[in-house]
Amino acid sequence: MLRLSANPSIDTVIKLVTVAVAMFAFVFVVMVPLYNVLCDALGINGKTSGEVYTAAQAGVDESREITIQFVATNNDGMPWEFRPSTTMMHVNPGASNDTVFLARNPLPQAMVAQAIPSVSPSRAAEYFHKTECFCFNQQPLDGRTSAEMPLQFIIDRELPDDIKTITLSYTLFDVTDMAQGAVAAR
Amino acid sequence: MAHGPAKGISRWLFTTNHKDIGTMYLWFSFAMFILGGAFAMIIRAELFQPGMQLVEPAFFNQMTTLHGLVMVFGAIMPSFVGLANWLIPMMIGAPDMALPRMNNWSFWILPPAFLMLASTLFMEGGAPAFGWTFYAPLSTTYAAPSVTFFIFAIHILGLSSIMGSINIIATVMNMRAPGMSYMKMPLFVWTWLITAFLLVAVMPVLAGAVTMMLMDIHFGTSFFSAAGGGDPVLFQHIFWFFGHPEVYIIILPAFGVVSQIIPAFSRKPLFGYDSMVYATAAIAFLSFIVWAHHMYTVGMPVAGELFFMYATMLIAVPTGVKVFNWVSTMWRGALSFETPMLFCIGFLVLFTIGGFTGLMLSIAPADFQYHDSYFVVAHFHYVMVAGAVFSMSAAVYYWLPKWCGKMYNETMGKTHFWISFVGFNITFFPQHFVGLAGMPRRIPDYALQFADFNMMSSIGAFIYGGSQILFLYNVVATIVAGKPVSDDKVWDGAEGLEWTVATPAPYHTFEVPPTIDPAHAHS
Repeated sequence: MLRLSANPSIDTVIKLVTVAVAMFAFVFVVMVPLYNVLCDALGINGKTSGEVYTAAQAGVDESREITIQFVATNNDGMPWEFRPSTTMMHVNPGASNDTVFLARNPLPQAMVAQAIPSVSPSRAAEYFHKTECFCFNQQPLDGRTSAEMPLQFIIDRELPDDIKTITLSYTLFDVTDMAQGAVAAR
Repeated sequence: MAHGPAKGISRWLFTTNHKDIGTMYLWFSFAMFILGGAFAMIIRAELFQPGMQLVEPAFFNQMTTLHGLVMVFGAIMPSFVGLANWLIPMMIGAPDMALPRMNNWSFWILPPAFLMLASTLFMEGGAPAFGWTFYAPLSTTYAAPSVTFFIFAIHILGLSSIMGSINIIATVMNMRAPGMSYMKMPLFVWTWLITAFLLVAVMPVLAGAVTMMLMDIHFGTSFFSAAGGGDPVLFQHIFWFFGHPEVYIIILPAFGVVSQIIPAFSRKPLFGYDSMVYATAAIAFLSFIVWAHHMYTVGMPVAGELFFMYATMLIAVPTGVKVFNWVSTMWRGALSFETPMLFCIGFLVLFTIGGFTGLMLSIAPADFQYHDSYFVVAHFHYVMVAGAVFSMSAAVYYWLPKWCGKMYNETMGKTHFWISFVGFNITFFPQHFVGLAGMPRRIPDYALQFADFNMMSSIGAFIYGGSQILFLYNVVATIVAGKPVSDDKVWDGAEGLEWTVATPAPYHTFEVPPTIDPAHAHS
């Protein structure tokens, strides 16, 4: 056994302090990244990928139709008007679809917003591909202006058969205060 | 050079003596027990009737939060550290703890930490009001400004726990008397050794969680803020990765105490010593892979729910080994029912009930009904109060004569037990029912149909709380004017090195290591 000190008690202390420091570091450098990696890889927290989908689908699956519901929610204290242009779409897996969300900043000052997606059932998140999404970036809006925020998506042909309806929900956060710094956007 | 304790306040401020430090830990934890108990009395007084009578809802939330924090970190954990300080050196034949100066520090940083935590009550916006589990974003975005003091207090008491456990591990690994192999150590030493490893592993995780909160609140990071790409559920994973081992940190030393006392009053060696050691280690290992059973309702995938459900149920196996071993120890023993034994039997019965409700909660589909209800409150008070606090009471009655050389009043002790036992059950048993019927935890007001059971609960709580004053009186009366005990071995059935030193235990013991009888299996 490795001996780090002639005094056995000091030897034990050095080893245990190392363990404690390592566990503190473990939280930051292992648990947090691992959580994000696992959630991304398995799609288990209902988040869609924050990346633009570039792969191609092997044609459109005309045999089934999936109902997509859109939900828009404002986070606590967010004054913007925020809603989907259409609340429901019927799409075929493999086909590319377009829609827009509408946002208006009713306040006189400029603000920055960030939309955070959540897919339900969360199992469907990894089959919900976005080729374009306003949620990839922060959305700045001058006072009393509005914007159409585009969303372009493809439902994967591999979507499990039992999923007939997918709900895509966006929560809009006011990130004006943190917009100066670079923040991870999804 | 043989010398006694220094005189005056400096004895306590600068002491490096394990007995002095153990005593301070025990008194401090009792003070915190009274403080946390006072918070509980406010909670139960408000819940005596439906409707708001005594306190504001915001203050009620501060009470539930501080009650949990003070009881877990201020009362239960330090009380067992105090017990470890007093007993581990005496049980393994060591003259003191391995690191006496660090020992002094690990105690003396505790009172300021709790002073700071309690002072948040008087700050603008009030004390933390987000529950002892301090889930983000409730504890970050929506917390009162005093949350920063709470974070600092958690840092300090985490540091204290880590220092205390490093000391215990260093002592047990390096300072055992010659001939005392690991498998000859008393079970209390074993459970504490394993507990100390748990503490070293998970207290830094808690420190990490509160550090992330601090950074989210003050330094613009977004660990737990969805707006910045973080995730509030991540907080729960980190918290419970600490929090589940934490509940075994609380209960394993209690298992150790019970494993010392039941054999003494059964006048038989502990049944299944080896299996007790392995069961303790198995529980400690399993505690690391079951944390998400606190979070069945966050929307985990089914595979995750199943894994955490089965892993949690698996803990019932080593715990069952322990319960059966204690019962087998008593089987055909020459039983007598002094106060410590009564508390241990009370522990055995009530802890087992708490274990069974724990099994009910481990069933993921059923947990969706039980989650965050009073059923959970009843469950964890059966394991924390009837588990940890009952065993602590047993320990005080059992070792007090050895510590101060005087015998407590047996009648008063038994009275304390019976009032505690009855009061405890009146308090917490009805909470199973209101919980299953849908009463959520942490609310200051409730629907009318829960009124009768809540009134019962409150009456029971006042009885249980009052019985602790009797306990305090008995201990003080014993120290001041108890009947002197002269036998080294206070209890005729007691085994172990701590009973070979003089009574009361001299200020310095085992300056010369004792000889261990190699034929003797274990203490």
